[in-house]
Amino acid sequence: MSAATPKGVLLTPLFKNNPIALQILGICSALAVTSSMSVSLVMALAVIAVTAFSNLFVSLIRNHIPSAIRIIVQMTIIASLVIVVDQVLKAYAYEMSKQLSVFVGLIITNCIVMGRAEGFAMQNGPALSFLDGIGNGLGYGLILMVVSFFRELLGSGSVFGFSVLAPVQDGGWYVPNGLMLLPPSAFFVIGLIIWVLRSVNPEQVEENQFQMKENSQPKEAV
Amino acid sequence: MAMSNNSIQKILIVAFALCIVCSVIVSAAAVALRPQQQFNQEADRKTNILQVADLYQPGEPINEQFEKVTPRAVDLRSGEYTDEVNPANYDGFSAARDPAQSRTLSGERDIAGLSRQENYSVVYLVGDPQNPEKIILPIRGQGLWGLMRGYLALSGDGNTIEGITFYSHSETPGLGGEVDNPRWKSQWDGKQVYADGELGEGKPDITLVKGGASGETEVDALSGATLTSKGVTNLVQFWLGEDGFGKYLAKFRDSSEGA
Amino acid sequence: MLDHYLSLFIASVFVENMALAFFLGMCTFLAVSKKVSSAIGLGIAVVVVLAITVPVNNLILTYLLDEGALSWTGVAGAENIDLSFLGYLSYIGVIAAIVQILEMFLDKYVPALYNALGVFLPLITVNCAILGATLFMVERNYTFGESMVYGAGAGIGWALAITALAGIREKLKYSDVPAGLQGLGITFITVGLMSLGFMSFSGIQL
Repeated sequence: MSAATPKGVLLTPLFKNNPIALQILGICSALAVTSSMSVSLVMALAVIAVTAFSNLFVSLIRNHIPSAIRIIVQMTIIASLVIVVDQVLKAYAYEMSKQLSVFVGLIITNCIVMGRAEGFAMQNGPALSFLDGIGNGLGYGLILMVVSFFRELLGSGSVFGFSVLAPVQDGGWYVPNGLMLLPPSAFFVIGLIIWVLRSVNPEQVEENQFQMKENSQPKEAV
Repeated sequence: MAMSNNSIQKILIVAFALCIVCSVIVSAAAVALRPQQQFNQEADRKTNILQVADLYQPGEPINEQFEKVTPRAVDLRSGEYTDEVNPANYDGFSAARDPAQSRTLSGERDIAGLSRQENYSVVYLVGDPQNPEKIILPIRGQGLWGLMRGYLALSGDGNTIEGITFYSHSETPGLGGEVDNPRWKSQWDGKQVYADGELGEGKPDITLVKGGASGETEVDALSGATLTSKGVTNLVQFWLGEDGFGKYLAKFRDSSEGA
Repeated sequence: MLDHYLSLFIASVFVENMALAFFLGMCTFLAVSKKVSSAIGLGIAVVVVLAITVPVNNLILTYLLDEGALSWTGVAGAENIDLSFLGYLSYIGVIAAIVQILEMFLDKYVPALYNALGVFLPLITVNCAILGATLFMVERNYTFGESMVYGAGAGIGWALAITALAGIREKLKYSDVPAGLQGLGITFITVGLMSLGFMSFSGIQL
């Protein structure tokens, strides 16, 4: 990678190097909360805040962190930030925090946060690290919003809780696809998103480890 | 003073400083936000109770609205009111886990799948506590995936259902999860617990039936959710039956007839 | 009592499978499932760590953090202290410490096992399944006995899922997958189908 520019740091993770779609990071907590858009939005904001600030703090003290305990130092910073976010959510967005339940706590083990702290903030200055955190958080949030958009629209016929396709239970015409509200659908949606992203950007396609050979002696095969 | 980052001294200093700073930040946030969080929890519980009683007015201060409601502790074994526990902060759910404050249920008697039941519970009386308009009972039981917890509102005669709500459950979205659907919940209004009005005698009659409920003690089952519907029937019958609030409701009816 | 534990165990292995119903530990789940042998190694490591950390965190919660938990110290006013907001910090610290101790212990006393599991242990500290199981234990108020059963069950469920996925992926190498779905994409679809399969366990009660 060439020298990091603020703009590049902020925008690359959105499309070109999206943490979820390409680095397979941070999917753990991403999927369980995507059956409704508003919950996903809160989750995305929480992750952006934690990634940005953990990057900032780790970067600020990066020259003083002894390498022997660096993982635990990063972990402590992240865990403290997550507790603060959790407390704020409980105080000001109680309904949301009930729905997110344990998944706010799981931001601690979200590989994006840890990965950016270790991989970027340990080598770069505070301002750049902060932007990098926001960028990766946004990239994560983007996928979260796309997945939850499809799941909520097809699963309950609504967007952000507002009915778009009137479902039959409420006297409308749309028969909601219940599968979209169940956990497996999140995997299907992400799999398809990866397919789309890679069709647009063919250089990201993985090599097949076991290349099929053309049948060398067609006559014998018949 | 230049110190190597990996000297023992430096490791200890950094670790110690980090602990202090983080614990101060975390504790400050926790202490500063606690009152707001407790208020939210209270408000959430009160909102659920007001909603099942059809009293909830969005936008009005919740504590003022809740003034119409009187919580009273009830001894489930005798059906009498009790002063043993404080209804304002009694938590039946955690009491059920404490052997000293609960009893075990098994086999035939444990239709709601609770395995333990608390000795005391709290009922919420709307209006005049001596002659309430509505009685709200906390209910819970196993659904398909896990425990469903909610409230059931009865009218002053102790036999007519005024509403039901589940504030926490983990049923399949779109199928069993429709216990949240207002259209489904609304058909509980006016249903009778006992067909003959004889409270506390035998099993309650109220049931969920598939394919078109008829009569005053039948409610439409949730489509595509046989096991959730069965769970709802079981838990409602349990809490209105002899081991639940049956004795209390029987006493309640006797006293209101005498009055 | 025994049937209660058995039913909790079955539920935590199949019905509430950590990987397929709650998506926990996905990063390692997808990254280390290319070969059955390494999947089994990681799976066993997760079972061991979960079976130890969940009960230990349960003790931490009951005797240090919960409201009134400090009353055993006998200090006046201790019964009013509620430290549960320190939960996340303590749990993750306990997990990191136990993983580290386990690594050192295995290295010194059971080198054969260390050679088999050693490379996976550092991955486990940041595995959401470990912290997730602890948080579910807290949320559902499990007792000490229940948390032991739950920890082991959740671990076995996760190990089962990753081994099964690795088996499928080994076969998948020989399939003709559309270019864009190659690798990661098809893995997601496979996991989705597995998750659908596991949903048929719902409602099982003993």
